[in-house]
Amino acid sequence: MNNIVEVRALRKEFGKTVAIEDLDFDVKEGEILGFLGANGAGKTTTIFMLLGLITPTRGSISIMGREMKESRVDILKRMNFASAYQQLPYNLRVGENLLVFAEIYRVSNSKQKIDDLLEMFELAHLRKQLSGSLSSGEQTRLTLCKALLNDPDILLLDEPTASLDPDQADKVRKIIAARQREKGMTVINTSHNMIDVSELCHRIVFMQKGRVVANGSAQEILTQSGTATLEEAFISIARSNKTPAGVA
Amino acid sequence: MDFRVIRALIIKYAFIVSRNTFRLMDLFFWPVMDLLLWGLVTVYMMKVSNAAPAMVTYLVAAIILWNVLYRAQQLVSVSFLDDVWSRNLLNIFGAPIRTTEYVGAACLMGLMQGLIVLLLLSGLAMSLHSLNLFSMGYLLAFFFANLLLMGWSLGLMVTGCILKWGPPAEALAWAVPGLVQPIAAVFYPVSVLPGWLQPVALSFPAAHVFEGMRAALSGQAIAPHHIWCALILNILYLFAFGYFFQLSLEDARKRGFLVKYGS
Repeated sequence: MNNIVEVRALRKEFGKTVAIEDLDFDVKEGEILGFLGANGAGKTTTIFMLLGLITPTRGSISIMGREMKESRVDILKRMNFASAYQQLPYNLRVGENLLVFAEIYRVSNSKQKIDDLLEMFELAHLRKQLSGSLSSGEQTRLTLCKALLNDPDILLLDEPTASLDPDQADKVRKIIAARQREKGMTVINTSHNMIDVSELCHRIVFMQKGRVVANGSAQEILTQSGTATLEEAFISIARSNKTPAGVA
Repeated sequence: MDFRVIRALIIKYAFIVSRNTFRLMDLFFWPVMDLLLWGLVTVYMMKVSNAAPAMVTYLVAAIILWNVLYRAQQLVSVSFLDDVWSRNLLNIFGAPIRTTEYVGAACLMGLMQGLIVLLLLSGLAMSLHSLNLFSMGYLLAFFFANLLLMGWSLGLMVTGCILKWGPPAEALAWAVPGLVQPIAAVFYPVSVLPGWLQPVALSFPAAHVFEGMRAALSGQAIAPHHIWCALILNILYLFAFGYFFQLSLEDARKRGFLVKYGS
C-alpha cells in the first residue's frame, strides 16, 4: 500500500511554546490510524495542520502526493473531518446544513447522498429540525454526515464518539469501519476512547509533548508496554514519559 | 473561483438571515428608521430656518446612499462573525473554499443587501419626500457602485482586524462606518470641514461620491476629478484591504488563532 499522508520534520511553535517537535509519520492508503496522547500532546494541532487550519513553523505535509501548503483546496476536496467540538450552524435545518456543505464539497447527486447519510445515522426524522435544537449526540452524528458527504479519500476524526452513548458510539464505529472497507477510505482518528481505538484502528501513533513516542498495532503497543489493555498502556506511556522499547 | 461554492455560502447566509429577526431588522427596519428619523429632522429644520429646500433632497439622498455603504460593509464583516458565533468557522476554513470564493460570496451578498436598501429607501423617499433618486440616471449607478466598493473594502479591513485581535475587535463591525461618516462629508460639503481635515476627507472615496451627488441633485455638472478620484481610491482601498485581510488570515493560521477563535 502507498503512503497517502507523509509528514516530515513537522514543527509548530506558538510563541515560545513548542507544540509539535520534529514529527514524522506516514499513513497508508486505506489505513485507520489512531492518534493517542494525553491532553496537550499535540494530536489536535497535528490534525488541524493536516487540514490547513494551522500553518506549520517548519517541515512538510504531503497528502495524496501533493504538498499541503501549495494545493490546500485541491487536497481538501478529497478530505473531510468531523469533531465532537465543532457544530454546524445552529439556525439552519439539518437538511439545509448538509445541502450547503454538499455544494461546498462539490458533491454530485447531493439529494440522494444526504438521504442515505441521514438514514445511515438515524437522523432522517430530524431533517427539518433546526440543528441547534438537536441533542449533542445528534449534533455529533450530523457532523459525521457532513464528513462523509463527499466520500472522502481521507477522513479526519477528532474524538468522534465523545458525546455519544455506548449504543450510538458502537453504531458509528461500525459505519466508519464499513465505509473504510467498502470505499478504501483512510481514517485518522484521535480519541480518548480506547474501545474506539482497539475496535477501529489498524495502527496507533502515540504522541507525547509534540513527538511520536510509540507507533505500532494495538498488539505491538500492548506487548512492548507490558500492559494488558490499551487504557493501561496509555496511562503507562503518558506517565513514564518514555518510549516503549522497539515500538517507536 | 467556483461559483457553486459561492452560491452555497450565499444560500447559507440567506437561511441564517431569514430565521433571525434582528438580522432582518438590519436589512429592512434600521435603514427605514434612518430615513424616517433624518427625513423628519430635515423637514423640521426647514420649518424653523430659512434653509434652501434642496437641503431635504441632499440629506435624504445622502441617508439612502450612505446606507448602501454601511450595509455592504456590515454584511462582509457580520457574515464572518456568523461563522464564529455558530462555531462553524473551522468547518468553513477547513473546507475546500478559496479565499477569493469566501470574499466573493460576502461581496455578492453585500451587493444584494445594498440593492435591497437602495430600492426600498428610494421608494420611501419618493412617496414621503417626492425625491426621485433615479432622476440622477447613470450617475446613481456610479455612486452606488463606488459606495459598494468602499463598503466591501471597509468590511475586509474590519474582518482582517477581527482575525488579528479577536473578540475585542468585533465591535468594529458596527463602529467603523460611524468613524468614517463625519469625515467623509456625507451630509455636508467637504468645504465645511476645517482646512486640515479636508485632505483627509478627500482621501475617502465616499467624500467624492457625496460631493458628486450634491452637484448632480442641484443640476450642476460633476467635477470630473470626483469621478476619477472615487474610482481610483476605491481600487486602491480594495487592493490594500483585500491584501490586509489575506495577511491577517495567513497570520491567524500561523498563530493558531483561527482554531482558538473558532472553537
